[in-house]
Amino acid sequence: MALLRISLHYAKPYWGWLVAVFILQLAATIASLMLPSLNAEIIDKGIQLGDTDFIWSTGGIMLLVSFGQLAAAIAAVYCGARAAMSIGRDLRRAVFRKVDGLSTLEATKFGAGTLITRGTNDVQQVQMLILMTLNFMVSAPIMAIGGIIMALREDAGLSWLVWASVGILAIIVGLLVRLLLPLFRQMQDRVDDINGVLREQIMGIRVVRAFVREPFEAKRYGVANKNITDISVSVGNVFVLMFPLIMMVLHVATAAVLWFGGYRAQSGEMEIGALTAFLQYLLQILVAVMMGTFMVMMIPRAVVCAERLRELFDTESTLAFPEAETVATPVEGRVRFDDVTFGFPGAELPVIRNLSFTAEPGKTTAIIGSTGSGKTTLLGLILRLFDPQSGEVTIDGAAVKQLTREQLARTASLVPQRPYLFSGTIASNLRFGDADATDEELWDALRIAQGEDFVREKDLQLEEPVSQGGTSVSGGQRQRLSIARTLIAKPRIYLFDDSFSALDVATDARLRAALPAATQGATTIIVAQRVSTITEADQILVLEDGEIVGRGTHQELLASNEVYQEIVRSQLDEEEVA
Amino acid sequence: MAKREKATAVKSDEFELPEDYSANSSDDWFGDQPVKKAKHFWPSAKRMFGLLKPEKGLFSFVVVLVVISVVLMVVAPRVLGEAMDVIFNGIIGAQLPDGVPLEDIIAGARAEGNTQFADMLAGTNVVPGRGIDFGLLAVLIGAVLGLYLVASFLMWWQGYILNRLVMRVIYRLREDIQAKINRLPLSYFDRHQRGDMLSRVTNDVDNIQQALQQAFSQLVQSFLTIIGIVIMMFVVSWQLALIALIALPLSGIIVGIVGVRAQKLFVAQWKQTGAVNGHIEESFTGHEIVRIFNRDTEMIEEFDRRNEGLYEASFKAQALSGAMMPAMQFVQYLTYVLIAVVGALRVTAGQMTLGAVTSFIQYSREFSQPIGQMAGMANMLQSGIASAERTFEVLDADEQRPEAATAQLTERSDGHVRFDGVGFSYDPAEPLIEDLTLEVHPGQTVAIVGPTGAGKTTLVNLVMRFYELDSGRILLDGVDITELSRADLRGHVGMVLQDAWLFGGTIRENIRYGRLEATDEEVIDAAQATMVDRFVRQLPEGYDTVLDENGSSLSAGERQLLTIARAFIANPSLLILDEATSSVDTRTEVLVQQAMHALRADRTSFVIAHRLSTVRDADTILMMEKGRIVEQGSHLELLAQDGAYAALYRSQFAGEDEELLADSLEEMVQEFTGEPSAAEPAEASADGSAEAQPEAE
Repeated sequence: MALLRISLHYAKPYWGWLVAVFILQLAATIASLMLPSLNAEIIDKGIQLGDTDFIWSTGGIMLLVSFGQLAAAIAAVYCGARAAMSIGRDLRRAVFRKVDGLSTLEATKFGAGTLITRGTNDVQQVQMLILMTLNFMVSAPIMAIGGIIMALREDAGLSWLVWASVGILAIIVGLLVRLLLPLFRQMQDRVDDINGVLREQIMGIRVVRAFVREPFEAKRYGVANKNITDISVSVGNVFVLMFPLIMMVLHVATAAVLWFGGYRAQSGEMEIGALTAFLQYLLQILVAVMMGTFMVMMIPRAVVCAERLRELFDTESTLAFPEAETVATPVEGRVRFDDVTFGFPGAELPVIRNLSFTAEPGKTTAIIGSTGSGKTTLLGLILRLFDPQSGEVTIDGAAVKQLTREQLARTASLVPQRPYLFSGTIASNLRFGDADATDEELWDALRIAQGEDFVREKDLQLEEPVSQGGTSVSGGQRQRLSIARTLIAKPRIYLFDDSFSALDVATDARLRAALPAATQGATTIIVAQRVSTITEADQILVLEDGEIVGRGTHQELLASNEVYQEIVRSQLDEEEVA
Repeated sequence: MAKREKATAVKSDEFELPEDYSANSSDDWFGDQPVKKAKHFWPSAKRMFGLLKPEKGLFSFVVVLVVISVVLMVVAPRVLGEAMDVIFNGIIGAQLPDGVPLEDIIAGARAEGNTQFADMLAGTNVVPGRGIDFGLLAVLIGAVLGLYLVASFLMWWQGYILNRLVMRVIYRLREDIQAKINRLPLSYFDRHQRGDMLSRVTNDVDNIQQALQQAFSQLVQSFLTIIGIVIMMFVVSWQLALIALIALPLSGIIVGIVGVRAQKLFVAQWKQTGAVNGHIEESFTGHEIVRIFNRDTEMIEEFDRRNEGLYEASFKAQALSGAMMPAMQFVQYLTYVLIAVVGALRVTAGQMTLGAVTSFIQYSREFSQPIGQMAGMANMLQSGIASAERTFEVLDADEQRPEAATAQLTERSDGHVRFDGVGFSYDPAEPLIEDLTLEVHPGQTVAIVGPTGAGKTTLVNLVMRFYELDSGRILLDGVDITELSRADLRGHVGMVLQDAWLFGGTIRENIRYGRLEATDEEVIDAAQATMVDRFVRQLPEGYDTVLDENGSSLSAGERQLLTIARAFIANPSLLILDEATSSVDTRTEVLVQQAMHALRADRTSFVIAHRLSTVRDADTILMMEKGRIVEQGSHLELLAQDGAYAALYRSQFAGEDEELLADSLEEMVQEFTGEPSAAEPAEASADGSAEAQPEAE
């Protein structure tokens, strides 16, 4: 079971705390259990014999025991919190590192959304279960067992009553839990359903209204609403049974103790004080069993979370980078694809098929093709976001597989299609490229990326805060910052993935005019949609369904390549006026 | 036990979580979260309980059941105490010599100096020489059993009714929300954050349910139980009752001191949770960037720092709040000990029977439980009322103008649209469209261009009557659209929006969304016409592929094509395309253009596009600026006018390197047009004549 394995594994470093929790809970429980027994003595020796001194002294002992109980219980909670929170922290840390080590392939397979949920919510659930376990689940069995022992000590002749009531309670609770668990799961699904329908409706409100689909959506929602109501009623029906049934068992047991205890007291087999003590122990046992039951209800949810975590932990990163440098860091940056084929796992067709080309240092290689032709994937192969199924990608003759992560990051850098910025400042984002870059260098990069002006306009300039994802700056600005970030990294290979799309034509032109000076001597690979962006490239590769269907300069392709001509023609209208 | 409570995502200032986060994290937390505070507590509380009104009769019945069961529960321990007395008396009596009157024995004991024993006996009605009266005991135990049986049954009964009742109320509340959503004007959705709105109608409704279901009945039950127990305790022994009542202020002090501090620590814990989750969110989303720039070490360091902070905060919060339970338990034990001692002393003094003490101990045990419960429930109720307030805000929002529906359109409208002195603004302080007049004849294609914020989308939204006009009117086939029902009007209009919204169903269902009664063949025809068929066939499940919420199985362009297919199948007489092909690559776009051309053939169309290739073959191009139509005419006419449209056209290419760019483009154009290509794309319409005519310059 994933939950148990994960809990045990991460609990290992904190066994000292756990032992402390156990001992302290044991002490606290023993103290609690002593009270009825002392009370029994008050009755038997104090009341029956009319010994007030004994009552006072025993009362004092009871008070001390209560204090002891308080101290032990608080200490137990302290240790429990420490252990549980430590385990949670470690678990979170492990998830973070695990995800960090995943390749892009695995990360996209999971999806950022679920990874985030796993790292936050799922860990929290497991952590909370551990905390609750330490706070209650440890004490409940001790309490139950201790109660049984004490009750038996008071009078073994009534022991069958203890066993019978615990047994009946266990059966009732077991049945109810068995009824509830599948219902709980269903309910969770239905909750997701109804929220999903509502969510879609609100997100797509314009479409719904445009197509007059309100009745359709209302019907969909109505079904979901009915479903969730039905299941909630079923869950509720079981739930409302629980408490009265447990109460009933408790009270029947109490009555039985009085009745049978009365006989035993009559015959002198049992003292009257023992009878009251027995009653209280029985109560404690049953309360402990009840508490255990409520805890059990928590488990299913944590189990699901733990399973999801296990799934994550079990995912082996298919991409292993060498630990230490085995080859020299490339200095030229000549990228070679040698008969490379790559397909996403499970996909019918490979995204890239038998691809071979060389991108020379100091030259610009452009890649063009329709959506889904494999352009972005190709760049990912250079960055080793994925490994090809066959063939090899090399930089200066060294397979990218042989480079360490650090070497590769220093060698090649990408400006992605969707520029993503981290929360922080403009400077902190730019320094992603090079942590040691001076402000001067940042400004230089911004100048080339055509970002200087708008950064200068900000109140805090480089220190202007950037919100997560970069939503506080416009799409075009984001793209320019993203370009500057890569320029600061000063790699040997620049990869631009449709990086100029959000720029207006004028800025685009200025940027491309400024770029060559900055990237001089480096290899540049540009993926583009607009033909105008790549007309000056030294080499253009036309990609179609993962294969190169044309290569050459703009002029050559325009003259001879049908696909290229088609692309040009589709864009011509926009550009002809110039 | 720390109470169970629904927690909505906690958003701290620095870490805005994404919208769906709140949906994901609506989980149980076993800690007290800072309770949402209601702004208008009492009115909202009143209204929340007002939801129960339709169930008034049943609800009163539930309250009666609760009262009865509490009374029975409270009385039972006393009867149990009496049973205990019977046993005690029997045992003492058996030890005393038979036939001797009790008074003599007491006097004898006093004479021996055993005054305490004598006092104790004086307080009982022991019959010397007689053992336990099992007959009486049986009656008493039977009574206790009966009391509890009935009480448990009533408890179950009220729970059963209340459960159904509350679920019905919540069902109706949800239906109301659904109905309300359909009546809200679009401007409401524009003004409100969608994530927030969603959480109001999902998480908050759950919260209300919980408050009504658990908090309320338990609060009533606990309150009644406390009162009942206090009364019973005073009946049994007012001296002991006073001692037991010490628990009240003590518990209050503990809740006051520990609870309030714990609350603060919880706030810190939530803040740290936000910090950690924010970082996780950010670095997982930017996974690729982190990898590319090899920034793992920094990211991990930052994570560890925040994770440590969270650990510190949550450890403190949990340790302190966890201490609450032992502290409350201590209070309980303390009163227990006091009652045991004082009770015992009073029994020996003959002022009280042992049974009374036993029932007292039971009362004092049952006393502290509802106190703790009430504190928790009050918290939950408060949170529920805050949620109710948020939900009511949605339900109370201004609705769109009610339907007039005094007129009706013909089966198939002609698509004749007239704007007559139309004025509109989202914000009265900033007029957007003023006095706009425009006539669109049936079958015409009208393209709308202009800079962002010019009011292009607003204009078409007005045709859909998504917003109400401030002045003027819009006529469809000569009928003022406000005189039509919205359904009638929109039934004649097909719309493709920039944002490619699809719902979580199959591709087939999504296309059919345009016309629910369309046959499978019609769906496929529409798909083929809009280039959808091509990529759908490559999917393993074909048309039965289920689209997930974020549609990750399809690219943005493919999703957009699907929305076009959806409008295509609707076969409307008026078509609105708002940036319908912005995510489609240029070559596919050409193909889609042809399909759209076919789609537009005999209907009136409004087309908004940034790519000017999309709009140039329109019959009329409207150049909009700041809510006004500044130019109107065909592509060539407008270029010839050399006004705003021509300027916009040129501005896209203005730049420092204009010459260089122009050179290369000119070259390209020349070469391209100079070469008679074999692969001329088939132009579907007569308007294609304007295609690729460089003379247009």
